[in-house]
Amino acid sequence: MAAMVIVGGGQAAGQNVASLRQAGYEGEIVLIGDESHPPYQRPPLSKQYLSGEHGVERVHLRPLTFYEDKNIDLKLGVTVTDIDTQSHHVKCSSGEDFEYEKLLIATGSRPRILNAPGSDLPGIFYLRTIDDVDRIREAMAAARSVCIVGGGYIGLEVASVAITSGLNVTVLEMEDRILQRVTTPEMSTFYHELHTSHGVNILTNTAVQGFSGDSKVEQVLCGEQSIDADLVIVGIGIIPNVELADAAGIHCENGIVVDDHCQTSEADVFAAGDCSNHPNPILQRRLRLESVPNAMEQARVAAANMLGGDESYSSIPWFWSDQYDLKLQMVGFSSDGDTQVLRGDKSANQFAVFYLKDGAVVAVDAVNSPREFMVCKQLSGKTVDQTRLQDPNVDLKTLLQT
Amino acid sequence: MPLIKFIEHDGTAHDIQANNGDSIMITAINNLVPGIDADCGGECSCATCHVIVDSAWTEKVGTQSENENAMLDLNPDREENSRLSCQIEVSDELDGIVINLPEFQY
Repeated sequence: MAAMVIVGGGQAAGQNVASLRQAGYEGEIVLIGDESHPPYQRPPLSKQYLSGEHGVERVHLRPLTFYEDKNIDLKLGVTVTDIDTQSHHVKCSSGEDFEYEKLLIATGSRPRILNAPGSDLPGIFYLRTIDDVDRIREAMAAARSVCIVGGGYIGLEVASVAITSGLNVTVLEMEDRILQRVTTPEMSTFYHELHTSHGVNILTNTAVQGFSGDSKVEQVLCGEQSIDADLVIVGIGIIPNVELADAAGIHCENGIVVDDHCQTSEADVFAAGDCSNHPNPILQRRLRLESVPNAMEQARVAAANMLGGDESYSSIPWFWSDQYDLKLQMVGFSSDGDTQVLRGDKSANQFAVFYLKDGAVVAVDAVNSPREFMVCKQLSGKTVDQTRLQDPNVDLKTLLQT
Repeated sequence: MPLIKFIEHDGTAHDIQANNGDSIMITAINNLVPGIDADCGGECSCATCHVIVDSAWTEKVGTQSENENAMLDLNPDREENSRLSCQIEVSDELDGIVINLPEFQY
């Protein structure tokens, strides 16, 4: 009998199967994931799981018993090798073959690989999975110095954990500032100074040209200088896993192209999460997001529509990052703004930068400022009085009422 | 195993046997209780696990941190006993607690 088949075992997949059961679906559900773990949360991997604060069960979305109790068939450590959209079948590396009634592709993304001489030396790691972090933690326990390639959120979160645990930490960034791809020069400067004050050595305008070492990596080579490192963690972005969908003839273009119902170009085939390229009706453009809230909400919308519903995905994107004792919460994209409004005190590590376009709020970067984060979710798209917005003595609630 | 009674906004009740040490949020998620999104997984980062604790239980669930208070502050459905359910740990003390779920998570 045809089943609900989910390809992928990440957060979108885990949420989708739960949403299918929550909606009362009683038929067969098969989740096929190539990792050996049940669906788990990725955000803690570079934070509390790396630091050891959270154990492995704490990062699982739900315990294994949940899937048994709810009669959800987890095929773990299994790769889907082929999707036949005509006959509605998927083939697996295990030799198994499943007929689907509806299919969700939630294949996520994978780290971008750094190809350079010596880049296959032991001691060079990428951070995407529980298994990756288990290996990194083991290497970190025996290391004195770590070199992080890439000054994005993953790299900086790892830097914060590593320096806090007593390692010497160097971050190498190709561009002229860290977080160049995702935030403003002002926020880059703030985070640069934060990490420097904790003792992290950040080198911008520094491209890696290779690695050297005898049996394992010992040095990172960047032009005239070289950085000593007992281990290297590379965080230079991710690539959506679209190959399976693409080979099946499903329209892919910077991700698997879906409509606002998470529906792909093929009948009965849906996609959700990092791998999807979806329309955002609020921002009025297409997005491919590397974000948990996006994965979770798309998975819910996809589940509703897989069951014959008529739900649209329409959320303002938001993100968070924990470094040291600072919680950064972001709504929207700062690059959409034409004006910045600072509220709070940067020197006290408690402030928010609102971004406005034509007088309307479009984004916020809120550091240790949860009220400002929450207000931005509700103010997004609305015009506000800038003088009042920047005055910390003005109650944010009054801004919502105007 | 303490009993937690979740009541949806439409009045539908869910009696759940919870595990000590789990959060109220995890208890809801693992038992498919609708009305809690919990997008951030319990890090007090998203405020999508908002619940309203029955007033008889206010003291037993303890006080909220400043961060939790701030996350809830601008929620249009906030009530006096509003909490983020990821921040309440289940214990025998809470056996029989009544947890009301809001209509929407923001």
